[in-house]
Amino acid sequence: MPSAFKHALFIVLPLIAVFAVLPSFYQNHLLLFNFVIFLILAQGVNIIYGFTGYLPFGYVGFFGAGAYGFAILVMHYQAPAPLAVLAGGVIGVALGLLLTPLLRLSGAYFAIANLAASLAVLHFVANPALENITRGPYGVSLTGTFNPTLAYNAALVVLTLTLGAVVYLKNSRFGLALQAVREDAVSASMAGVDVVWMRVIAWLASALVAGLAGGVYAWYVSVFYPDNVFSGDFSIFAIVFALFGGVATITGPIVGVIILYGIYNLIGFTTPQYFQLIYGLLIMGLVLFLPAGLVSLATRRGWHVP
Amino acid sequence: MLIYALVAGVLFGLYFSLVGIGLNLVFGVMRIVNLAHGDILMLGAFVAFGVVALAGIDPLFAVPLAFVLFVLVGFLLYWVLVPRLQGSVNPEMLSIILFFGLSQVIEAVTTIFFGTSERSIQSRMLGTVFSTIRIKLFGGKPGASGPIQIFGQGFPAAWVIASITSLIAIALVYLYLYRTRLGTLTRAVMSRRDEALATGIDVDRISAAAFGIGLGLAAVAGVFAPFMFGSVTPAFGADATVTSFAIVVLGSLGNPLGTALGGVVYGVCYMLVQTYLSSWADLLPYVLLIFILLLRPSGLLGRRVRVA
Repeated sequence: MPSAFKHALFIVLPLIAVFAVLPSFYQNHLLLFNFVIFLILAQGVNIIYGFTGYLPFGYVGFFGAGAYGFAILVMHYQAPAPLAVLAGGVIGVALGLLLTPLLRLSGAYFAIANLAASLAVLHFVANPALENITRGPYGVSLTGTFNPTLAYNAALVVLTLTLGAVVYLKNSRFGLALQAVREDAVSASMAGVDVVWMRVIAWLASALVAGLAGGVYAWYVSVFYPDNVFSGDFSIFAIVFALFGGVATITGPIVGVIILYGIYNLIGFTTPQYFQLIYGLLIMGLVLFLPAGLVSLATRRGWHVP
Repeated sequence: MLIYALVAGVLFGLYFSLVGIGLNLVFGVMRIVNLAHGDILMLGAFVAFGVVALAGIDPLFAVPLAFVLFVLVGFLLYWVLVPRLQGSVNPEMLSIILFFGLSQVIEAVTTIFFGTSERSIQSRMLGTVFSTIRIKLFGGKPGASGPIQIFGQGFPAAWVIASITSLIAIALVYLYLYRTRLGTLTRAVMSRRDEALATGIDVDRISAAAFGIGLGLAAVAGVFAPFMFGSVTPAFGADATVTSFAIVVLGSLGNPLGTALGGVVYGVCYMLVQTYLSSWADLLPYVLLIFILLLRPSGLLGRRVRVA
């Protein structure tokens, strides 16, 4: 059995199945939906950070752009929701294309420029001068398409796509080439890898994933403000979840989301500042003591982690 | 209108240089992204609040206090965090996440002890009281404050004092880097870390000093933050960090004069956009940052290349 098939059968399928049946057992539908969204975003970060080494500190820019792409299509063109979700993905890719020059920057410069880009998109969308198009800072209300059950299922479809992309990266020449570029771009290009093309494809793939997630999110919540969908928490959470589990693996980000977002929901809502304190300490401890994530506990013992 | 914007831009710009200069030192010397920079600024503002609330004296006295306090904090933080970080696979990337964690901790602890919004309103009131006292103390104002008072916005005396303090601080940093032995060593570490290590320079000591001074300067800038921005809350840090980055990148790494220029260019641009296209002013730092990074990655005065 090829390993890609094994990964799909033993990791992707059970995860999707669990999240598909959970709503009928567990009442807090929104919580499950948020889990799915963060699984998508953490895997999206995994695609770009885990496989290419670019840290997308403004990843939420694609997410928010996707949400607004959905909103604009529904508000101004009365498009059906699934089509608008696709439009969200297209907007995400378009923004990714616009930002491809950022890939010329290395290391921290990329991260900071990406953060600045996401904030620029936020202030652009939230600008009162564009009220006719985006409703500016006053938020969007899309009661016409409100349908949580369908939106949840759409999120599962997007999650399946995303996991499929990660499984492909993990098991293909393309993914291997990307990791070679991450480790040493010069040597990889000497070995015949088209460095720029590879990076752009991975970058656009992760932008597409975030744009689709944003579209689904807009469908689900139906009422939101620019500050909600462009909240830096989305980028940070996705990065920390992915890192906590371990990037460049399929299971790492999944484990990270389930553990950390689980903890978040246990303690987060009652006392936000204590949560913030614990969260900050957890992040610092993670970087200092476990920089390669939870999976490194297993790989250190010589176990293979998919 | 134009003169007002230009003068206000220069005053604000000098202050912005002070905001960015600490970050420049830390990033230049250690290749570490101090995402908690804005939060140190915020803590500096709280030192000013403390001085005013406890002793009831001019917040200018908070400047030396904040500096010394945060130089010591910097040393402590350096020895706790940095050696371990430098040992990891990708310190530059991980530093972003590490210092993001630190900024969360600082923000949370400040919120736990001082609450979220009440402080900010008090600080604005204190600002007006002390700016009027300052106008009495410094009777002969430089001409620059004239046009600001005509348009009657903000706290003119505080703006001028903040920009003068910034000028002094930048001059001192320049003297430190170019006229002292430690400064020469610091510049050596900045340009080639490996070679500096190989020639027997105690890189850890130099870096700790740079880190301490960087945090101290951020805290000094923070003392003036309540007057320059009207109010400060524990959540103020994140925006301040991005603005500082825009300024540092606009100037160039490891060059205090570059940061001064970057700050002034930023300040003037900001004021011009604010005056003529006010609804787009929020966009400016981010767009400017991206354009500078793409078009002239080494900054206005820089020579270092940072393209992948």
